[in-house]
Amino acid sequence: MVVKGILKEGEYYDSVTLMLVARDVLALEGVEDAAVVMGTEQNKSILETSGILLDMFKNAIDSDLLIAVKAKDEAICDAAIQKAKELLISRHSKMQETGEYMPKSLEGAVDFLPDANMVIISLAGKYASDEAMKALKKGLHVMLFSDNVSIETEIELKQYGKEHGLLVMGPDCGTAIINGAPLCFANVVNRGDIGIVAASGTGLQEVSAVISNEGAGVSQAIGTGGRDVKKDVGGIMFIEGIKALEEDPETKYIALVSKPPHPGVLEKVASLIKTEIKKPVVGIFLGGDPKIVEEAGAIPANTLEEAGLIAASFSKGKSMDEFKQLLEAREKELLNLAEKESKNKTATQKFVRGLYTGGTLCDEAMLISRTIIGEVYGNAPLNPQFKLEDSWRSKENTFVDLGEDEFTVGRPHPMIDFTLRNKKILEEVNDKEVAVILLDVVLGYGSNMQPGDELNPIIKQAKEIAEKEGRNITFVCTITGTDKDPQGRGKVKQQLEDAGALIMPSNAAASKLASYIVKNLGGVK
Amino acid sequence: MRKISDLFKQELQVINIGLVSFKESLEDVGVKVIQVDWRPSAATDDETKDALQKLLGSK
Repeated sequence: MVVKGILKEGEYYDSVTLMLVARDVLALEGVEDAAVVMGTEQNKSILETSGILLDMFKNAIDSDLLIAVKAKDEAICDAAIQKAKELLISRHSKMQETGEYMPKSLEGAVDFLPDANMVIISLAGKYASDEAMKALKKGLHVMLFSDNVSIETEIELKQYGKEHGLLVMGPDCGTAIINGAPLCFANVVNRGDIGIVAASGTGLQEVSAVISNEGAGVSQAIGTGGRDVKKDVGGIMFIEGIKALEEDPETKYIALVSKPPHPGVLEKVASLIKTEIKKPVVGIFLGGDPKIVEEAGAIPANTLEEAGLIAASFSKGKSMDEFKQLLEAREKELLNLAEKESKNKTATQKFVRGLYTGGTLCDEAMLISRTIIGEVYGNAPLNPQFKLEDSWRSKENTFVDLGEDEFTVGRPHPMIDFTLRNKKILEEVNDKEVAVILLDVVLGYGSNMQPGDELNPIIKQAKEIAEKEGRNITFVCTITGTDKDPQGRGKVKQQLEDAGALIMPSNAAASKLASYIVKNLGGVK
Repeated sequence: MRKISDLFKQELQVINIGLVSFKESLEDVGVKVIQVDWRPSAATDDETKDALQKLLGSK
């Protein structure tokens, strides 16, 4: 094996561009390993671990571009490096082709767009915090997509935001919908009268998509980032967000979405609802005790789907009874479908493998399945005793969150790049104990643009592999998204159905169906 | 003091620093957005920043 590389001083590219280029280079014939990264200390240490840290990289700084290729011979290395350079040039010139003015700094951007009111920041952590504070000091609202920002900085930014009436979404906020515009990884949903505050990205996406698919709509969806509702930050933006929705005349109903907040934060939220909020509130605190919110006068939901359905029912003037009837009818359909699917399995098939790209969706699926089939294994299980010894090897009932750092270092998020999950699907199908494979597909801006095209052949291939051995594997999929999304929910649904998958209207329904099938087969704890 | 709810009454106009795809998706739905051609300056590199501060006597 030969390792070759180049270093380009002062050539900056964002991490997603670099990862996409690296993925294309890795796919070249004869290339064993490849990295296209900025020369940060962390990246250099990853290269060292992979055995591709060349001597010339050792003194590289953050603003240097490093390209390293490990391949069978020098010619393949040279060709791969050349390919990486071409891909980077083509991506850069695509931006410049349009000939539009791109200021070099936030100050320049404000001069050019003086009425700007929102700044989206997706830089590496230490740079992101500096730019966020600069933006706030200029009176601009901030969405901080970046995740590696310290808790102290988060508190500082949010305190400043609170004192100056500015929104600070994030850090680690992947999604929001402001004035009808989907920011970062958001879905295109109907506009309407339901306002959402969420400390969970995919949770916000699932609830807003359910609302829209039910024919209701969203006024504003404020993502706070998951740490906002923990003890240290104390729910600063979660609370400011609720207050802002109460003041907003377009918002008639409020939905709150989160994993369990710190008890102190939940108490603050409950007290706010009780004393200051006049609008109806529905809350989903996944895995948390709903009592405290209920006592404050809000309606607790059991699943993300329920939160969306209840809010949509309010908005459409339907009664809670109608909503309950809808849920009961769905439950019956799921049980019938599970009965049918469990009949075509062999004696060895009894377990489910959930391969999730959305962390909150994976959590919700585990919470639901726990009540039907008991605890499941995973890389981030609900019960620590069920943590997989090796995250790459499933056993019995397993739900894996492929968006966890252990799977994503050096590669794009699995919502964008399906390579890893596709590989896992083909591995799982060889396990004779597997009866059901459960998948989430998250649509919207920022996600994979052709999910149906990429998943359809893999599902077909997996089904064929099993069928050759006389087994039938059930694929259950949930699609978080709408027909207005650039991928089109209806189109993706059709493509997955064509491959033989069962498509459910929500993650809650998908995880219930998968669990009911397994329960019928005896794969329970 | 400003209020977050005032933002909801204004036309959203965005400055995007980082991933270009976020700018493109906003343009797709008709939002006015400008991309900053951001790159780390010498002054934001920690070692250089320290050296500069020492040189200028502020550290």
